[in-house]
Amino acid sequence: MSLPLLKIDGLSIGYEGADGVAVPIVNQVDLQLEEGSTLGLVGESGCGKSTLLLALMGYYDSGLARLAGKVALLGKDPGALNEADLQLFRGGDVALIPQNAGQALTPTLKIEAQMLEALRLHTPLPAASRQDRILQLFDRVQLPDPANLLGRYPHELSGGQQQRVALAMALAGNPKVLLLDEPTTGLDVTTQQAVLALLSEIALESQTAMVFVSHDIGVIGAVCERVAVMYAGEIVELGACNQILQHPRHPYTQALLSSIPKLGQAWAFKAPTSIQQGQDRRLSGCAYAPRCEYVGPTCLKQKPRLTRDQDREVKCVQLSEIARMVAPAGGHKGESKMVGQEYVLSVNNLSVSYDHTGWWPFASRQERKLTVREVSFDIVRGQTLGLVGESGSGKSSILRTLIGLQKSFEGEAQLLDKFDLTTPVAHRSKACLSKIQMVFQNPDASLNPRQSIFAALARPLRIYFRLSEPEIRAEVERLMAAVQLPMEYSARYPGQLSGGERQRVAIARALASKPDVLLCDEITSALDVSVQASIIQLLKDLKDAQGLTLLFVSHDLPVVMALADDVAILQRGQICESGRVEQIFNAPEHPYTQSLIKAVL
Amino acid sequence: MSGAEQTMRLVLRSTSGKVGVALVIFHIVLAIVSPWVVPYDFNAQSEVLEHMGPSLAHWGGLDTLGRDVFTRTLLGGREALLVTIFGTAIAMVWGSLFGMFSGFKGGRTDEFMMRAVDTFLAIPFMILLLLVIASFGNSVIVLMLTLGFLYGIGVIRLARAATLGEVTKDYVLAAQARGESVWVILLAEILPNIRDALMVEAAMRWSWMLLAFSALSFLGFGVTPPTPDWGLMIANARIYMPLAPWPVLLPMIALSSLIIGINLMADALAKSLGLDRVQRMPL
Repeated sequence: MSLPLLKIDGLSIGYEGADGVAVPIVNQVDLQLEEGSTLGLVGESGCGKSTLLLALMGYYDSGLARLAGKVALLGKDPGALNEADLQLFRGGDVALIPQNAGQALTPTLKIEAQMLEALRLHTPLPAASRQDRILQLFDRVQLPDPANLLGRYPHELSGGQQQRVALAMALAGNPKVLLLDEPTTGLDVTTQQAVLALLSEIALESQTAMVFVSHDIGVIGAVCERVAVMYAGEIVELGACNQILQHPRHPYTQALLSSIPKLGQAWAFKAPTSIQQGQDRRLSGCAYAPRCEYVGPTCLKQKPRLTRDQDREVKCVQLSEIARMVAPAGGHKGESKMVGQEYVLSVNNLSVSYDHTGWWPFASRQERKLTVREVSFDIVRGQTLGLVGESGSGKSSILRTLIGLQKSFEGEAQLLDKFDLTTPVAHRSKACLSKIQMVFQNPDASLNPRQSIFAALARPLRIYFRLSEPEIRAEVERLMAAVQLPMEYSARYPGQLSGGERQRVAIARALASKPDVLLCDEITSALDVSVQASIIQLLKDLKDAQGLTLLFVSHDLPVVMALADDVAILQRGQICESGRVEQIFNAPEHPYTQSLIKAVL
Repeated sequence: MSGAEQTMRLVLRSTSGKVGVALVIFHIVLAIVSPWVVPYDFNAQSEVLEHMGPSLAHWGGLDTLGRDVFTRTLLGGREALLVTIFGTAIAMVWGSLFGMFSGFKGGRTDEFMMRAVDTFLAIPFMILLLLVIASFGNSVIVLMLTLGFLYGIGVIRLARAATLGEVTKDYVLAAQARGESVWVILLAEILPNIRDALMVEAAMRWSWMLLAFSALSFLGFGVTPPTPDWGLMIANARIYMPLAPWPVLLPMIALSSLIIGINLMADALAKSLGLDRVQRMPL
């Protein structure tokens, strides 16, 4: 067995709470990493995985400190190094690839200058041979046309290219360990796959050890040999990746895996008992107990220890109990009910363009770029159409046009056979406005931070209906109940809610006008997998209960698969394939659809 | 509102905030009650005692015409405060509305309005002010409206810049998609989000306007004599400064303490609203 490269013993990181008691963010973590091996850290946001990763570089967020335990990386303790040694250590022995490479690169420096700086700091290379080394590194991370790239600024690169440049910079100092903090989260599926393939190749070739942090267990599965599942700062399950992915034992790992919609599989979502509950780190018993469906009396009293169980380590006392209780699950996606063949929304030959006319009336109009070309589709009442495509494929432009905010477009769009959706929003009747509503991608931005939830929900009610104050209150209560939020929340401001709760409020606001059609613009892409699952479940419930018609736009195939009845695949502004969901996913015809489906892990 | 309460508490937590708020409140209270507390008639002259230094009877001494300087200083801020407080309110209201509208509309409207603003900003305010006063007189109303108009032009720029930061956010888009009218979007959606920046701007504008008003009086265009006014008092007593400094000193202290107070308050306000915070690197 090779020497452990990284050894963590009983590490706890935390801050001092208001009452003087230490609150651990990372709690009693033991980990080992051998040379050339890869380890994944998975868990939902707030579980402490990034904190743990940064601690390996000797970095603690302000207010955080090491409470207990030891870290030894290549025999050194990063927390005990002085500034100068730490600078050599970071980038030399250990390199970090941050979540958003675009923001990690200095925006005002050309790529070349940034690469040269990395080489100057972390390698003993003479200045003359640095240029060659850059080309080597770019070749290694498979960046085409390096000569051209070097002269560009970071914002002139695509997300995938930025990530590759960041990777090349990290590899510059020949680090022994690469730390990756959600390196593919912001990328679309095809780019993501390419980056992951590259990472696996590098891990194999150069025997660089990797610690890979992600909330996406599928991504981890593609790259890592071993995986550690974290919850509330603790490792709850640790073992070989393929073993854990196929046969999760800890109840949290099971919940995490079941909340990811998978292609080609019936998606049976079991709602976690209380998704709103935060992760409580100060319980005397098992941290997961409040959300666990197998919770027993011992769970609440005693903190479980990470114990060896066959091929892995698991932190749960109920294991034998769970094995007995779990029956092979196999739900079936119910056939969608046909509620009459009424076309609620029909779009005919829609083309959207962006005009680049400045305010000079004489400027040429030649820069007219079509982002959507002759797109047509119909949606039957109560059905859901999923519109799938990579970023930049024109999905959002279509939604903007339908809601009346797009200025330049051609084509026809009809709502309920009586409203013309080509009229801009300012000229639409209230009846028309109330029938079609939109939910935006990011609830942080789509809710006014200075408006209470009650005010946000009351706005549409005031516009569309003449209601008295008590009636508005009752209606808000109904809406909050419909999205499964307690009425007390209505006095809060968006900043006081979690991401999933905010999206529920945004959905409630869209439902206020009792619309027939709900446009959903990537509404789950900013959310955690488990929250995403609960939002999808909510939409399904609403659809069944209120006969809503949904136009659901997403780049995430599995999510569309879980929700939609029909699907249309967009490529560069054109629909390249459309049909029933099962049909498209089981037998895709268009090569682009095939590549999209293949790219999903 | 708890938000306003919290801001106030934060302002008062710093020493400079306490001092600033105390000075401003002191001057406002003084301006309201001074007619009832002054020891003498502000216009009563004593020829025998002109240029007399401070004494127990006359704390600030007497000016060229033998009037009590202390009395006149206490009264001297009334008109300045009246004009500038309402002037600032006018400036903020019209400047914010136009600025927000311009930033929200964008395109040609915005371009046209910004060029108009540039044009106005290119002309020295003092000359415009003198021009208006020469043609319409120097009544309180004219001064208020003119100062309010001129100082609102700068507000347009700030309100527009702040609005530009907000219009691209999805909540504005959501409001448009709901079919809200432009003014509802501006006042109910955007204004609460740029309010902080406007509040700090208002405090700064106020102190500048006060200086401008005093400058006008100093030049003899602001307040008509014999009404007591700091700027006017300084102008009149200036030439005797080597001989009798007190008639200049007292109004100077009064004016500068008010301006310093407003500035300290604005600084503390900006700090407590997080508007001057420097972004720190995460790693």
